[in-house]
Amino acid sequence: MATKQTQVTAKIMMSPAVLMLLAWMIVPLGMTLYFSFLRYNLLMPGMEEFTGFGNYEFFLTDPAFLEALGNTLLLVGGVLLATVIGGTFLAILIDQPIWGRGIVRLLVIAPFFVMPTVSALVWKNMLMHPVNGLFAWITRGLGAEPVDWLADLPLFSITVIVAWGWLPFATLIILTALQSLDSEQKEAAEMDGAGPISIFWFITLPHLSRALTVVTLIETIFLLSVFAEIYVTTGGGPGTASTNLPFLIYIQALLQYDAGTASAGGVVAIILANIVAIFLIRMIGKNLET
Amino acid sequence: MARAVTTQRKLAFTIIAWTVGLTLFFPVLWTILTSFKTEGEAIATPPTFFFFDWTLENYVEVQERSNYLRHAMNSVVISVGSTLLGLLVAIPAAWSMAFSPTKRTKDILMWMLSTKMLPAVGVLMPIYLMCQWLGLLDSLVALVAILMLMNLPIIVWMLYTYFKEIPGDILEAARMDGASLGKEIIYVLTPMAVPGIASTLLLNIILAWNEAFWTLNLTASKAAPLTAFIASYSSPEGLFWAKLSAASTLAIAPILVMGWFSQKQLVRGLTFGAVK
Repeated sequence: MATKQTQVTAKIMMSPAVLMLLAWMIVPLGMTLYFSFLRYNLLMPGMEEFTGFGNYEFFLTDPAFLEALGNTLLLVGGVLLATVIGGTFLAILIDQPIWGRGIVRLLVIAPFFVMPTVSALVWKNMLMHPVNGLFAWITRGLGAEPVDWLADLPLFSITVIVAWGWLPFATLIILTALQSLDSEQKEAAEMDGAGPISIFWFITLPHLSRALTVVTLIETIFLLSVFAEIYVTTGGGPGTASTNLPFLIYIQALLQYDAGTASAGGVVAIILANIVAIFLIRMIGKNLET
Repeated sequence: MARAVTTQRKLAFTIIAWTVGLTLFFPVLWTILTSFKTEGEAIATPPTFFFFDWTLENYVEVQERSNYLRHAMNSVVISVGSTLLGLLVAIPAAWSMAFSPTKRTKDILMWMLSTKMLPAVGVLMPIYLMCQWLGLLDSLVALVAILMLMNLPIIVWMLYTYFKEIPGDILEAARMDGASLGKEIIYVLTPMAVPGIASTLLLNIILAWNEAFWTLNLTASKAAPLTAFIASYSSPEGLFWAKLSAASTLAIAPILVMGWFSQKQLVRGLTFGAVK
């Protein structure tokens, strides 16, 4: 249907975006790959030499790597668990006939718009501080010893802070999916004597499966790169107790100036993210056809 | 009888929902309240909730001590600049993909999406070094360019899904009535495309405003936007909770308002149209 001329115009209109993204992808990626095979320290310019897989060996056998990998998975898993389950309950709650639903919705989604450095610092100081924090005041009120959250439970505390920010995202998407649920189906099930639990299990949950998958995949992509929350709260510590993969690479890169090892770590992070990305892209691609 | 039961039920759910909602919102509310306290009152135990001497001194001091406005301006330049540039590049691309799709359109869209999946930390080293070589560390130019490229896939995708909804028949009809291409764009397409473009603009300004990987790693002081400025309060000597709260309140307030307006678009933009 499209004539030759419109096809040419279409190509011209598309080319800036395509070329820019192509450059944005290929140039840094190529450089990361190249650096990852070099012994390259920013403090010793001109001393670069080829080391083969030396950087990978160094990065992967560093005990900090396994711990960072574990922390990354715990952080992603913990936040996912909290936001998907919490988001489902919240979405169902907001979907009930209640007074002031619009306002409740606004209150619930607000955390998503708080920039990560603000949320991390507010939680770290005003809520989780072991002496003056609000949690410490509450625990003392209950007659217990206050917990030094970020020192004693660093990874858990960061999980809580990050989950607080992502819960609105999950809630909002699940709520959107929930509102497209055919109410006649539910009414029919009610007439047949189905209780709220079986309605949830056999009607609501299957309907939500797609939204839940999308939430899980998209959150995973973002959560694999959590950085600012760690940067301003624990700095990865104590020791490496709350260091995740991005933070470990950041330490190699900008604190130890080891460009070679940081790049090898970068390649590892890219591979990890791609495993998730493949599933997400397939799902979205399927949706595009319908 | 049945009516009484539903009202009771409604009341119960209302109470639960409001409790949960207020609990989740509490950290934000607490930040806003603390920003109006004195430093002494901010760390007082037991904490004071509403009955304290309200003061604006923190807002004044945040500006005087650290030139808050400069960092706020940096945030504005980075978020608005990167989004506008992104739109400039993305509108023609999304337009042509929506109105003259080819066999490869879908592949191109999926590929664009895949660039978004690249973890930033994977390219930290080359981007940092390139900025260093070009003398662009701690400069707004670099951040505008990087954030624009980072959000470009989302911008193209959002616009594409909006443009897709504009019925092609209308274009045909206008053409049959003898409208020229220029008139077609001004009178027929623009009015239908503007809402979609506006939502895309809003969501991407929000995303860029809150971006906290590149802004933290590529700025020091001169070009630091609010994300990086607030991060400077994390040092132990920077423990001024009331001032931290004042700076935070100012940093999140505008974006919170914009976010509340764009909740619907948020779902669409962040799920790439997979959930509507």
